[in-house]
Amino acid sequence: MLSREITYAEALREAMREEMRKDPKVFLLGEDIGIYGGAFGVTQGLIEEFGPERVIDTPISEIAIIGGATGAALVGMRPVAEIMFFDFMTIGSDQLVNQAAKIHFMFGGKAKVPMVVRAPAGSGTGAAGHHSGSLESWFAHVPGLKVIAPSTPYDAKGLLKSAIKDDNPVVFVEHKLLYKTKGQVPEEEYYIPIGKAEVKKEGKDATVIGYSIMVPRALEASKILAQEGIDIEVVDTRSLRPLDTETIAHSVKKTNRVMVVYEPPRFGGFGAEISAWVGEELFDYLDAPVVRLGGEEMPPPYNPNLERKIVPQIEDIVREIKKLME
Amino acid sequence: MLSLEDKLEMYRKMYLIRTFEERAEELYMEGKIWGTFHLYVGEEAVAVGACYALRADDYITSTHRGHGHCIAKGADVKRMMAELLARDTGYCHGLGGSMHIADVEKGNLGATGIVGSGIPIATGAALGCKLQKNDKVVLCFFGDGAANTGAFHESVNMAAIFNLPVVFICENNMYAMSFPAQKAFALPDIAERAKGYGIPGVSIDGNNVLEVYETAQIAIERARQGEGPTFIEARTYRWKGHSKSDRQAYRTKEEVREWMNKDSIKFLEKHLREETVREEELENIKKQVEREIEEAINFALESPEPTLEEARRMVYA
Repeated sequence: MLSREITYAEALREAMREEMRKDPKVFLLGEDIGIYGGAFGVTQGLIEEFGPERVIDTPISEIAIIGGATGAALVGMRPVAEIMFFDFMTIGSDQLVNQAAKIHFMFGGKAKVPMVVRAPAGSGTGAAGHHSGSLESWFAHVPGLKVIAPSTPYDAKGLLKSAIKDDNPVVFVEHKLLYKTKGQVPEEEYYIPIGKAEVKKEGKDATVIGYSIMVPRALEASKILAQEGIDIEVVDTRSLRPLDTETIAHSVKKTNRVMVVYEPPRFGGFGAEISAWVGEELFDYLDAPVVRLGGEEMPPPYNPNLERKIVPQIEDIVREIKKLME
Repeated sequence: MLSLEDKLEMYRKMYLIRTFEERAEELYMEGKIWGTFHLYVGEEAVAVGACYALRADDYITSTHRGHGHCIAKGADVKRMMAELLARDTGYCHGLGGSMHIADVEKGNLGATGIVGSGIPIATGAALGCKLQKNDKVVLCFFGDGAANTGAFHESVNMAAIFNLPVVFICENNMYAMSFPAQKAFALPDIAERAKGYGIPGVSIDGNNVLEVYETAQIAIERARQGEGPTFIEARTYRWKGHSKSDRQAYRTKEEVREWMNKDSIKFLEKHLREETVREEELENIKKQVEREIEEAINFALESPEPTLEEARRMVYA
């Protein structure tokens, strides 16, 4: 297959462009996604190709963006909404959590809401308390929503295309620090099924489970650990809900040691779910308690040194894996 | 009536804001300030004119473009600069940064990174003042973008029906990031919205500090007398990009230049000269302000950074 190296942001743009070309029902709406090209440049050039009727700049109105996407989806469109920062999802959350997520169920299966809400998440840019949030666990808690958080350009493109085709509301989490990262993406069209994890690196000594930015960090950590003779397996769940427990189980049965790594605060988060599930289902395979490596219990601080310290870094993964191997 | 001394003080504050912003931008370019911020250059007359009409014990709520409000309400530029440089001596111990500066002792209830989110808080603060019968007024700053949030609608209505001592001052700087106010409202004047809430509304020249002061004073007095909220639309313009990553593809250089010709500081200088203020006096104010900002930068650069232990203690009261 022919492929080339493109950035994560370009991969997302290609996914939207391809789906918009194929299906006139697909359209974009959000703040500054037109001539500005989106706060992180993801939609750059799309208004030029598809015009302002399909790349709709809105006022600063998150309730109307997410609710608007819900309503348009209800009558047969396939909207892709952009929320400028993941933190702003909370403003439109009523429409997402109480409406979009529940409509199919509450209406007894008589209506569906095929929509995607994309949003940049994560800290590391000095944007402080209102622009650095990773709230994916909140939405993963909601039955009726799907939550995807890809780690590579290849996954980002294939999963966004599947999300747009999906008949359910999908929250698409894009870590800001990934936008400029590059990776191989095929020229040919492809889709990646939602809810399928991928083993990004095979190993035999311990399993590191993560998604989004933590996957490249775990892969970097694996190189350092390899020099010390520790061979970790890296499982990228790619989506938080649905969760591919099969791939996780397969890996855990092989390595017998598990670490789950994620950016948001450790308490009540994604790691708690993974840890609980592994404990319930795979207890007999474990040689040690599951390690949860999550963020500190605090809002994102502005100071750059603190901002870095409160989120798991490569050296934290290395240190905790070494402890796990003792 | 404003005395000449008042006007000179307003001039000093406007120049202090302008200089603070310009030096902050330079520090950012030098890599000394990190993250992003939103500069208030061009809009100084709104914050200074409106805050000058407040009592020292009144409150304000600010926005993501908040440095000007903070200075106008009497903040110490040393502690502001220290916050921008993420130092422990900053207003928020380096934990909040530009978008979250609060100077609660001086009545500044804080900037916010969520557009429109200060409006319900201002409304609530006004409710608190009313319940405490303390005679204080809340001045709520927000932009044209915020006027299209749901938070705006719910808050202005609630303030109106509860007759709260709050003044809503919309800084219409013509763009919500890249979205022009002309396209974002199906009304020529945002102030017309006031009618829908049953409160007075007025559109004014936000680059004329004297007009801003006079309008704010009437609205603040109304609020203090228990006559309820007023909506002021102050038309102004941001000279710089929305944030530090803005290519400004959505507006022309000519438009920016046209607005720069309506510089609020130049306007006040002209007025002061007409009132026979000597050039030398203006120059002295400028020099003193520039010295103050350089001292603030040195103070910030020499200050320590916050520790993780300290940050942990800040999560709960």
